[in-house]
Amino acid sequence: MTDRPPEYKISAIRDGTVIDHIPAERTFDVVDILNLRAHPDVISLGMNLKSKQLGKKGIVKIAGRELTKEEVDEIAVIAPKATINIIKDFSVIKKEPVALPEHFSNIIRCPNPNCITNKQKISTLFHVVGQEPLSAACHYCERVVEEKEIVLK
Amino acid sequence: MAGTSFQGRDVISINDFSKEELLHVLSVAKKLESNPQPSLLKGKILASLFFEPSTRTRLSFASAMKRVGGDVIGFSQAETTSVKKGETLWDTIKMIEHYSDVIVIRHSVEGAARLSAEAASIPVINAGDGANQHPTQTLLDLYTILKEKGKLDNLTIGFLGDLKYGRTVHSLAIALSHFKTSIYFIAPEALRMPSYYIQELKKRKIPCRETSDLDSVAKQLDILYVTRIQEERFPDPLEYQKFKAGYRIDRSLLKISKPGIRIMHPLPRVGEIDPALDETPNAVYFRQAANGIPIRQAILALVLGKAK
Repeated sequence: MTDRPPEYKISAIRDGTVIDHIPAERTFDVVDILNLRAHPDVISLGMNLKSKQLGKKGIVKIAGRELTKEEVDEIAVIAPKATINIIKDFSVIKKEPVALPEHFSNIIRCPNPNCITNKQKISTLFHVVGQEPLSAACHYCERVVEEKEIVLK
Repeated sequence: MAGTSFQGRDVISINDFSKEELLHVLSVAKKLESNPQPSLLKGKILASLFFEPSTRTRLSFASAMKRVGGDVIGFSQAETTSVKKGETLWDTIKMIEHYSDVIVIRHSVEGAARLSAEAASIPVINAGDGANQHPTQTLLDLYTILKEKGKLDNLTIGFLGDLKYGRTVHSLAIALSHFKTSIYFIAPEALRMPSYYIQELKKRKIPCRETSDLDSVAKQLDILYVTRIQEERFPDPLEYQKFKAGYRIDRSLLKISKPGIRIMHPLPRVGEIDPALDETPNAVYFRQAANGIPIRQAILALVLGKAK
């Protein structure tokens, strides 16, 4: 009998949500968007896992939590290829890709330092102008933000 | 579109205008210019909020309003207002909307006009927000081209000077993309038109080419739109002097250009155009500045529901 190399595994959850196919470097952004640091139940994180689609991906498993549509839209902005899996009794009962909303509010910062949203305390608002890669125009200063420039608010 | 839908509307960005809307504003301006209406906006008050200095835009809005019978209140620098005490723009606008029927705002911060429009229940007109938009300038530029050439289609337009930072160039190029125009962008390497705009124009099927040599394309231009090269854009003053000398135009241009070429400039100029050109029929920059009056009258009358 040969020893097989140990597989990298993230423990399964009984009930909750699994967010898969997150770009590896955005894994902690998902944690921040969902405010998971305050979540009382089990959370498993995987980062830099091999992915055919993304090269390296992140995965976040959250026990005892379902996501709202607003939360899924927010994840779509930083992880447009992510999938949301709903888990019941250790089984995936629903699996859906995220969909980029046409507009998104107060998720990211405007990279233009002279934009009013960086000068006064107001919410940001962006209108999606391109997909894959994502680009979005600031509602206020009209600056177009590219996917790689995105910084959470 | 029906002109009445301008009533109550904000004028923040040229990107908010369809081709029909642009043409409608120009036609209302033409009517007001040929048939002045000194009582059209009688009883209406314009709040003119200039948080940063401006000569032409501020005075031409005030003049436009007064020539159609309206009143003007406001300030020409933020230092004399409660902003100095830390008041937010939102609060300033919430107060002023009760003092006036329409607001014109110039602000150094990009997006300030859009935010003001959200705060105000009355129409807000953007008179320049930082490096972003100045839609009435673009409208008066279009009006000037239309008046000088009698058309907006089938023209070749050259933009010369600081194309990187010049908001008038960015907005006018986008507005011209509604028409059948060809564009030359003529600038030194360091001040080239941002690639975002070039891509956008190509997407809209507008033939546009970039060059650093005016002489090589002068023969093809119906309009030459000159902008100011600002000294502060150059870390090295010597470089600035070099550019300034290389991009100054004078009467020798007329020997190599189309006879009917029209030379425009949003002003102020600081040496880009030899004053000896002023006397030629080709120089239209002062007429261009004058066109700000009918255009701003048209915008004021439209958003106040007094023109159709």
